Amino acid sequence: MSAPGTLPRYLLRRLGTAVAVLWAAYTVSFVVLYLLPGDPVTTMASGGLDGEPLTPEQIEALKAQYGFDKPLIVQYGTRLWAALHGDLGASIQNGQDVRGAILEALPPTVQIAIGGLLVAVVLGGGLAIAATYTSQRWLRQLLMALPSLAVSLPVFWVGLMLVQVFAFGLHWLPSVGASGFPALVLPSLTLGLPMGALLAQVLAKSLTTVLDEPYVQTARAKGVGRAAIHVRHALQNAAIPALTVLGYVAGNLLAGTVVVETVFTRPGLGRLTVQAVGVQDIPLVQGVVLFASLVFVGVNLLVDLIYPVLDPRIAKGVPATS
Amino acid sequence: MTELLIREGPPDSSGTAPGSSVALPIPPTRRERLHRVLRFLGRRPGLVVASLVVLLVLVAAFAPGALAPGDPNVGVVADKLRPPSAAHLFGTDYLGRDVYTRVVHGASLSLQATVIAVAVALVVGGLLGLLAGFVGRWVDEALMRVVDVLLSIPAILLSLALITALGYGTIKVAIAVGVASVASFARVMRAETMRIRRSTYVEAARAVGTRRYVTLWRHVLPNAAGPVLVLAVLEFGLAILAVSSLSFLGYGAPPPAPEWGSLIAEGRNYLATSWWLCAMPGLTIAATVLSVNRISRALDGEWSRAR
Repeated sequence: MSAPGTLPRYLLRRLGTAVAVLWAAYTVSFVVLYLLPGDPVTTMASGGLDGEPLTPEQIEALKAQYGFDKPLIVQYGTRLWAALHGDLGASIQNGQDVRGAILEALPPTVQIAIGGLLVAVVLGGGLAIAATYTSQRWLRQLLMALPSLAVSLPVFWVGLMLVQVFAFGLHWLPSVGASGFPALVLPSLTLGLPMGALLAQVLAKSLTTVLDEPYVQTARAKGVGRAAIHVRHALQNAAIPALTVLGYVAGNLLAGTVVVETVFTRPGLGRLTVQAVGVQDIPLVQGVVLFASLVFVGVNLLVDLIYPVLDPRIAKGVPATS
Repeated sequence: MTELLIREGPPDSSGTAPGSSVALPIPPTRRERLHRVLRFLGRRPGLVVASLVVLLVLVAAFAPGALAPGDPNVGVVADKLRPPSAAHLFGTDYLGRDVYTRVVHGASLSLQATVIAVAVALVVGGLLGLLAGFVGRWVDEALMRVVDVLLSIPAILLSLALITALGYGTIKVAIAVGVASVASFARVMRAETMRIRRSTYVEAARAVGTRRYVTLWRHVLPNAAGPVLVLAVLEFGLAILAVSSLSFLGYGAPPPAPEWGSLIAEGRNYLATSWWLCAMPGLTIAATVLSVNRISRALDGEWSRAR
């Protein structure tokens, strides 16, 4: 760690930022969930807007359990300290440990998240490469119009239309449920399409820029084939902005599952969140928000680690050209 | 030295004045301007269609009766689940209510939420950005850290946390969506303010002794308005999607009231048999967002580039 190299310093700085962002996310969620309602106990005790109201004994137990009689700053400190030890409190619906509830709901969500990411990379990357490779003007314009169309469609509606066509119309795939590979296809597609569109836009733009650079012309002059230039020479350099977007997109995957899991009636973290909001389960909602920030920060840290591999100038502190 | 320069200034500038006035372009007449607008639009049929769609949606929001005179909450049960036809453009739902009427009347609630969301984001984000960019130093540092924090939580989860705290309803959904997009406005406003603050005319205004808030009001705000408004139009499209998502999840207005998102949620139960219940409101949302995005691209310098 004490090595004077620039790479460890680069990593340390990134790690510091990541920790700061997590702490900040904790603070924002604390302010929104515990300060904004005025009296969180009443909010929770009302049983939310869908649930049953609690009895007076339960309310007293809640107060004691969450320490609402103590000053705010003490509450903030105790909860932060507990959260640092991985204790996110207990769900008010059934007293289940929030961390346990999140981990339990995670596996089916991870499945569609990975599926969605694959769809985004394959469709988005493929579209960008095809659009910059073709020499047909009309085809390029058509391909580049697709992403802006895709980001204008409501995600839940796209999911429902896919169900309509492929489950009810063609009977190719199941419409709901979480069993087996076929049940993964439509949710992954729904989750991945808007992300792929974003990726395609950025990658196509940076590919266009890179293909105009002198080293590409040199390669062309030396007789390297078009496809080889595109894939071997241009793509690596064009990938950096796309990687930034991919990190952003992957960090937001969990948020996307909220809608997708509702549309496909799949169990998972998204469903858990919708349910928790419905009954105003404050500790559980905060747990999900924190978990999502953790994923967001983790993914972006990973992306920061990949940058120096793609472009060694970044680790050396030399400003990159693009 | 400065005194000398100032004293030398006036005769020098008056000397160049006749020369520069020759170089000034002759202001276009009204006919020329009209001609240019028509040519601009004629080459962009997509933009014309987009403007018409937005116009229609605005009419639907403010005067729904003009487009669909019927009552959105009253249906003829005998006519339930009819596919689109001349009598029912978008078909009818499980209570025999006309889906077209419900979509038109839903525009007002959905658009109201969108406008509130964008207004919250614009005002709060704009003020934060203006303050950060104009005051600078530690104020800038502190405010921009707050903005970074807002960006570290995925927007829909931040909105959901706010809904957990505030409760259900169209207005609350709107505020939740608005707060989640404060950050982008703050960033753009800050960048614009800092750019303008360093420009020569603001320096000149300060040199002649203009007060700071007058500079802010007269010079910074009008010049920063352009890019911020372009962002506002773009955010409008995103806010329509976010509001309808939350409404689809069931956090919007309670059931009988039509909202674009909740209309699709209702239609979901009849997806296997009655495709129009989901497809039609969804197409309306998609057409509106596409049109708004097209207009935002047109505002973003397309007009000035097309000479």
